[in-house]
Amino acid sequence: MRTSTTLPEQQIIELNQVRFAWPKQAPLLDIEAFAVRRGERVFLSGPSGSGKSTFLNLLGGVVRPRSGTVRILGTDASALSGRRMDAFRADHIGFVFQMFNLVPYLSVLENVMLPCQFSKSRANSAVSRSGSLRADAQRLLDALELPGAIVNGRNVNAMSIGQQQRVAVARALIGAPEIVIADEPTSALDEDTRERFIELLFCECEARGTTLLLVSHDRRLGKLFDSEVSLLEINRASTTQ
Amino acid sequence: MIASVTPIIRLAFASLLNRRATAVLTMLAIALSVMMLLGVEKLRRDAKDAFANTISGTDLIVGARSGSIQLLLYSVFRIGNATNNVSWKSFKALSEHPQVAWSVPLSLGDSHRGFRVLGTNNEYFQRYRFARKQSLAFAQGENLSRPFAVVLGARVAKELGYVIGEKIVLAHGSGAVSLSLHDEHPFEVAGILAPTGTPVDRTLHVSLESITAIHSQTPPRTQSKRDARRARLQVFIERPEDRDLTPSSITAMMLGVKSKVGIFRLLRDINQYEDEPLLAIIPGVALQELWDLLGVAENLLRLVSVMVVFSGLLGMLTVILASLESRRREMAVLRSVGARPVHVFALFLSEAAALTVVGVVAGIVLLNLAIVVGREYAAAQFGIQIPLALPTSADAQLLIYVVVAATAIGLVPAVRAYKMVLADGLSMKL
Repeated sequence: MRTSTTLPEQQIIELNQVRFAWPKQAPLLDIEAFAVRRGERVFLSGPSGSGKSTFLNLLGGVVRPRSGTVRILGTDASALSGRRMDAFRADHIGFVFQMFNLVPYLSVLENVMLPCQFSKSRANSAVSRSGSLRADAQRLLDALELPGAIVNGRNVNAMSIGQQQRVAVARALIGAPEIVIADEPTSALDEDTRERFIELLFCECEARGTTLLLVSHDRRLGKLFDSEVSLLEINRASTTQ
Repeated sequence: MIASVTPIIRLAFASLLNRRATAVLTMLAIALSVMMLLGVEKLRRDAKDAFANTISGTDLIVGARSGSIQLLLYSVFRIGNATNNVSWKSFKALSEHPQVAWSVPLSLGDSHRGFRVLGTNNEYFQRYRFARKQSLAFAQGENLSRPFAVVLGARVAKELGYVIGEKIVLAHGSGAVSLSLHDEHPFEVAGILAPTGTPVDRTLHVSLESITAIHSQTPPRTQSKRDARRARLQVFIERPEDRDLTPSSITAMMLGVKSKVGIFRLLRDINQYEDEPLLAIIPGVALQELWDLLGVAENLLRLVSVMVVFSGLLGMLTVILASLESRRREMAVLRSVGARPVHVFALFLSEAAALTVVGVVAGIVLLNLAIVVGREYAAAQFGIQIPLALPTSADAQLLIYVVVAATAIGLVPAVRAYKMVLADGLSMKL
């Protein structure tokens, strides 16, 4: 991983003059500036169709901007080759999706340990923390109130959605990536579980200084975060439409 | 990439295990098709071996001029009939040919309850060789030293339940039911041969002289004539030297040469024999010709089994393609944890490869299981020993083709998954 020293250290995600359009389509994203500081918890709101998925794909380096730069941890993501970007994402970003986060044919523990199969640095970090991948996965699940009794030998498809989402958080956190991006992680949860879920997520992110970017259309959650950003506001392409 | 190949293969197995029912059925379809492919190959090889093993150690077979395959068929396989005979004079002359080391006369034309009767002499039992120059062996009894003795092939004895000392009557002609029986004098079973897996097993062997004796006159129509003939036959039994029982003709002969170098010269001499139109064939060459004739059927059988394998693989393609859409989320999840599109490609390809490899192995096991179950029956019913079908190097090559073809077919869903992953990125298509 290449880290540039010219940027302020705390600027962990930084978008500059980013434009994106799917081939032969009108511009979907046009963002002058967007930045997230290290350890910050950012709430990104946006209704469906506001280019949220594309924005996350840009952050994950899965799609590249037409122009402008996407810097993650000081590295210009748009300058990395697809292969390096994939490795970079595996090393530094954990993802939590709205639902169906788990690979249905793997056990709960295997699901949690999955990122370590693709990232050596996260595997090393998990092992150095708890002695083994399994132990670290177990520790995370315990912290997320999924003790061994619930988890062991359990088919992931038999778990409640709330439990599945917490497994997904454990997976996003294993090996301590710097950034966790959660895309509508709570929209499939009911009111009570939602609060508890956010609480646990915050608690775990705080414990390891993880930067959290949570995307949701549910603005009521926004007040819990350090900062709140509306994609509609920062995306000039959407306001001009 | 290299470092993460193992997790991909592990993922592939876990994924297949999760979809056990379809995976097992797909694998079974491949296993059955591989079983058929190998079974046909084995059948073909065994048939060819059995065929090539029918006669060995004989340098030339000589008969009246006809087709070489026809001559081979009636003289060795006891199928069909000779159109013409060879005179005894020619047999004598050829036996004394300087290149000829030994000669055995063959006289066909009679039968016993559907089995062919071969008139020959005791030398036949030494000269006839099969497989790797194996000689005929007597399971019981002795050869044709006594007049009106008959030596039975293993199958004849087993099927008709004959034992040593049993009296049997020969019939004229080769049908199972003959109206013209040589019932003036019955033959006595003197010996029974050990099984050979060749047409010898289905043959009754008698001496040339006794054939001549029972054919020496037109069948007597009255009781007195019958008695008279019986008396003559009695003379043959008691004082064979008193009667000339030299046949006037035989059906064919087996020849051995003194030196292999002279074989083509002798062949030419016989084929240009002036006194009589004769045909000499080299058994191995004629066997090959005959086998080539059967090659069409052989190739057809092969084609069918290849098609069956192909349809098994197409079944697999269908199953994997059908699962693609429902696995889009799984692909996005894998992508989000760091899997590259190539990994997803490899995942789908390894699933196809794993299904095929397991299917191939299961096919081999199934085939051998079927042989183990079936061979007791085959041994009891037909007296044939079926060896296990452990894959030969030719089979291995064939199986490698199967796996390569399967992998090529597996490229189709793998490429589609790859494209899906690129298009979907981290978005969950809900």
